[in-house]
Amino acid sequence: MSIKDKAASGSERLQGRIRIPTPLRYLINSCLIAGLWFALSGMAAGGIINNYWKGILITVGINIILATSLNISVGYLGQLPLGHAGFMAVGAYASAIYMKSTPAAALIKAGDRGAVLPYLITAVLISAAVAGLFGLLIGIPALRLKGDYLAIITLGFGEIIRVTITNIDSVLGFKFTYGAAGLARIPKFTTLGNCFALVVISLTLIHMLMKSRFGRAILAVRDNEIAAESVGVDTTYYKTLAFVFSAMLAGVAGCLYAGYLGSLYPSTFKFMKSIEILVMVVLGGMGSMLGSVVSATVLTVLPEMLRAFSDYRMVAYSLLLVVMMIFRPTGLMGSYDFSMSRLLEKLLNAVFRRGAAADGEAYTEEGGR
Amino acid sequence: MADRQHGKLYPLPSQNMVLERDLGKMPVLECRRLGINFGGLAAVSEFDLGIGPTEITGLIGPNGAGKTTVFNLLTKVYEPTTGSILLNGKDTAKMSTIELNKAGIARTFQNIRLFKNMSVEDNVKVAMDHSIHCGLGTALFRLPRYWKEESDAHERAMDLLGIFGLQGMANAKAGSLPYGAQRRLEIVRALATNPSLLLLDEPAAGMNPAETSELMEVISHIRDEFQIAILLIEHDMNLVMGICDGIAVLNFGRIIAKGTPEDIQNNPAVIEAYLGRKKEAKS
Ligand SMILES: Nc1ncnc2c1ncn2[C@@H]1O[C@H](COP(=O)(O)OP(=O)(O)O)[C@@H](O)[C@H]1O
Ligand SMILES: [Mg+2]
Repeated sequence: MSIKDKAASGSERLQGRIRIPTPLRYLINSCLIAGLWFALSGMAAGGIINNYWKGILITVGINIILATSLNISVGYLGQLPLGHAGFMAVGAYASAIYMKSTPAAALIKAGDRGAVLPYLITAVLISAAVAGLFGLLIGIPALRLKGDYLAIITLGFGEIIRVTITNIDSVLGFKFTYGAAGLARIPKFTTLGNCFALVVISLTLIHMLMKSRFGRAILAVRDNEIAAESVGVDTTYYKTLAFVFSAMLAGVAGCLYAGYLGSLYPSTFKFMKSIEILVMVVLGGMGSMLGSVVSATVLTVLPEMLRAFSDYRMVAYSLLLVVMMIFRPTGLMGSYDFSMSRLLEKLLNAVFRRGAAADGEAYTEEGGR
Repeated sequence: MADRQHGKLYPLPSQNMVLERDLGKMPVLECRRLGINFGGLAAVSEFDLGIGPTEITGLIGPNGAGKTTVFNLLTKVYEPTTGSILLNGKDTAKMSTIELNKAGIARTFQNIRLFKNMSVEDNVKVAMDHSIHCGLGTALFRLPRYWKEESDAHERAMDLLGIFGLQGMANAKAGSLPYGAQRRLEIVRALATNPSLLLLDEPAAGMNPAETSELMEVISHIRDEFQIAILLIEHDMNLVMGICDGIAVLNFGRIIAKGTPEDIQNNPAVIEAYLGRKKEAKS
């Protein structure tokens, strides 16, 4: 076969398959999200989800943002930062301090949720910006290192953030974070609704990032840094970008956390918190957004249901990790990501038997030469 | 292909040779006394080479001669100990690997370095990063410019994959491709960066004779269509005879002969250092 013939046969095969056009994909996904929201809010209104479960669901949402954002650094960028809780802390304290300075508390008490919205949006933006700034400051030196070194230096930075929050008031005489005594009386601005919305926004942003030239470059850096540089990919830039993006979303999760609990203690953001988030990512499958979502959900709900054993949670986590590494080292989902429209495409193709070659199988014919 | 006319090589003032049709044009690459030491071992030394803008040059020599090291010097994977490299007349001393790629050098790797977990199409699109300019906001919020650039990139990637008939595999994971297809994909990926000089490190390794001759045909097709220079490493001398305009022979890090394929075939030093050894190894 000549070059031209081969080119023609290749594109014919592609055209034979049914593809769902992108606008329709977005529509399908939007409908799914809306459906999920109507189900959740319906259950909440009908009393099927009581306040206790609402709280658990909010925690699930926060953990989903934490896990999927860490997954950017761990799964997509292929680094192992251990200071994620530090970024969450920065976001939590920044938004808490801001919210305390607004009339949000009075508005919430008066039941005027609509009037809180502008403050909420500002708080989210502030927490993302401040956490992102810290991500940049830490990322620039840390990302020069690799592997264990990067893990250790980010762990160190995470602890520095926590220790600073604990001591900054007593050293500088501020009334800022209230140190170990805790920052209390934060307006409780987090609801199931705004938590759900922020989870959807975060997941969408991650998806949009990863399916663009930025995401491609980030994955290329993970797969082969030397090759990435050889094709002109500015590896330092994309590493920093991924790291900052990850930190910003952790900040948003911190913001929701502050508004949910109403009080903050530096001890919450210890090193073990970072490990907890990492466990969610590793169990779910590094590089799989769905994996992070599922394991964040399971690892939040399960301990709640087994309250009696909560003291053994970290032991259980460790055991779970060990078992996972033995039987399924790529995590629950591997790097697989679920896509409703891809599933539909497969179904359609199977039903109409057109272009029998599915993704990933197409090469066998030609490759066998 | 056998009756292809080889151009005559002319010497330049810099002692480098240049093709007749490239005479008077600026060479795409000029290496002057390039050298590197690894802890006392001179892996490459006194390396002088000029490549005309549309020339296919073969770099041959036995295993361990320093061919791959030359590529690593040209792309700044290693910092040269001595000498200088001019790319399109510009000194590259202060350039990084990334900047050199933007300035026009693209390469493939002897030990394949694809983005294994990404699709074939995405492997090519990554290499077009310099020609896709949309900002982060445009991408995150899917503004019209994003769609335009993505569809352009898709089309261009498909065109490039078409050179080797790889479009049918566009959605397959690069790591799942057969060995030969992976090598071809590396060439496509390098081409996607719009190079003026393409470095191919043993592109035919692991291919059977039929695949190899087909590959060689495509390589000269690439030169004709894109009007670029190609520097080709291949330790099997007979393979490169057919398509190379000029050949440099490397042994123990030094160039022992330079010239047209005919010159090289009849050069006693080459026969002794290279073919002689090869015959010994076979017997
Ligand atoms: N990074 C390195 N450190 C030390 N020695 C090296 C390095 N890279 C290459 N060499 C040595 O340089 C010589 C040339 O290697 P290479 O360029 O790979 O040969 P080839 O001509 O087969 O491509 C070999 O002796 C090799 O061991
Ligand atoms: Mg080599």
